[in-house]
Amino acid sequence: MSNEAVIRVENFKQQFGKLVVLKNINLEVKRGEILGLLGPSGSGKTTLVKAIVGMSEPTEGTVTVLQTKMPSLSVVSKIGYMAQSDALYEDLNAYDNILFFASLYGMKGKEAKKRADEVLELVILRNEGKKLVKNFSGGMKRRLSLAIALVHKPEILILDEPTVGIDPVLRVEFWKEFERIRKAGVTIIITTHVMDEAEHCDRLALIRNGGIIAMGTPDELKDKSGEATVEGAFLYYGRKGV
Amino acid sequence: MEGKECEKSMRALSIAKRLIKQLRGDKRSIALMFVAPVFVMYLLSAILTSATTKPNLDVISAPEAYIEKLQSQAYVSKVDNEDIALKALKDKKIDAYIVFSDVTPKITLEGVDPSITSLVMNMMNKLSLSSTTQKPEIKFLHGSIDMGVFDSTAPILMGFFIFFFVFLIAGVSFLRERISGTLDRILATPLKRWEIVLGYFLGFGLFVSIQTIILQAFSIYGLKIPMIGSFWAVLIINLALAAGSLALGTLLSAFASNEFQLFQFIPIVIVPQIMFSGIFDLRNAPNWAKILSKIFPMTYGADALKNVMLRGKNILEVKFDLLMLIGYAILFLILNTIALKKYRKV
Repeated sequence: MSNEAVIRVENFKQQFGKLVVLKNINLEVKRGEILGLLGPSGSGKTTLVKAIVGMSEPTEGTVTVLQTKMPSLSVVSKIGYMAQSDALYEDLNAYDNILFFASLYGMKGKEAKKRADEVLELVILRNEGKKLVKNFSGGMKRRLSLAIALVHKPEILILDEPTVGIDPVLRVEFWKEFERIRKAGVTIIITTHVMDEAEHCDRLALIRNGGIIAMGTPDELKDKSGEATVEGAFLYYGRKGV
Repeated sequence: MEGKECEKSMRALSIAKRLIKQLRGDKRSIALMFVAPVFVMYLLSAILTSATTKPNLDVISAPEAYIEKLQSQAYVSKVDNEDIALKALKDKKIDAYIVFSDVTPKITLEGVDPSITSLVMNMMNKLSLSSTTQKPEIKFLHGSIDMGVFDSTAPILMGFFIFFFVFLIAGVSFLRERISGTLDRILATPLKRWEIVLGYFLGFGLFVSIQTIILQAFSIYGLKIPMIGSFWAVLIINLALAAGSLALGTLLSAFASNEFQLFQFIPIVIVPQIMFSGIFDLRNAPNWAKILSKIFPMTYGADALKNVMLRGKNILEVKFDLLMLIGYAILFLILNTIALKKYRKV
């Protein structure tokens, strides 16, 4: 069953007022796959991600996650979401932040505490658990956001610009972690505008001018465009103006 | 199914617990929350009760018997001629002077400050009443002749400050949840919209209840405002009022994108509530003003508080007001749940 599509987006269009942010979006993500959404800021990556998470409703088309049409609250509990900006409670400590989100997924007591310890360990914040988040550095906040996205052991992980503002060393650690999570069978969608990160993804969707201009594995994209890097490929498809 | 329902209400409790944890860490906010209403109430009582003193009078060529009678009602000093008195009046050293040129005394007032004018006129009335042979016997259904401005408005003011401060706290903190992006984030969990609304209501409900008890106890036992009803009945009314305000604050903050906009709601939504709540006599006001006063929840709170505290009615006699307040709270909570659709469709 490794070929089943856990996320399917069909004829997706999102419009705010008169502004059409995205249109004609079609994509599928298979179980255990890492899909990268690559595009300049303002290209609509977050808009697409929010529809997949179930926070918004498409203007046209459908978003299906785990065979359920979104938005659906029952599927939401199987998705882990790391927002673009760190949405944390600054006046609580890291541990309480995690416990609060755990409780929203119905976890409580010993189970929740054990899991909080696990995810803190995972993002290397074990010793910082009792520190108030307002005293955290930007990188620590990113890590805590990731820990929160993982707390309920989601089947699908949606990461909106997870590595923005973190140093290169930590970025490598993050990607190692994403690999480990993927090996456990979790499907990951990740948005980025950092081209070298794109190389880590199984498949990429290049987003520009409100649509997907190309989709494929990093190697496919490079071969077809005749460029040596993903960045080159992105520019090539951009010029073609599809 | 029952287990599921239980889990749902647990999530509202999780939010309430989190709010309590957050606020507990913010000692200054808590202190302000509990002290500020008490402070404002104290200031108002100081201003409004100090105004009810005796007037200062100068008298010119008055009979001794008359002066003696005057002295029971005013601070009286004798002066030689009208010029001295006139100067004193212009310099605001006295409130009025009385000249006995022939039989009827002539009284002169400055006339700009209505509170001083009415003070002097009241005194004159009392004087003429006590001098007539057929002195009427005066009876009051409620209250007494000594009931001052502060005494009669204190129940409304107390209710209003509860309403106002609760609105501020609820509005700002719900706004903070949105601006910090955490509202969006918790909406990416299975949390239901009504659970957020209820969670906020419960979490702040705790602090608001403490605030209400403090202000009420201070007003009744500290400022000794007139109170012949039951403390518990007043508390129930105040809490119902606070509940409405709490729900209104979170509701309106959904329509403000920053603190500045939220504060604009105060002159539009909050200030009119006190103006139309019965602190001024609306009997001769235009119809639209009367209708407006019927729309505001504060009107029902004010009416209930006055009836219980000044007229000694029991809780069942003000049940209509109380039901209106609770109805408003529920209405605002429902509207708030709908307003959150802006942030997540389901």
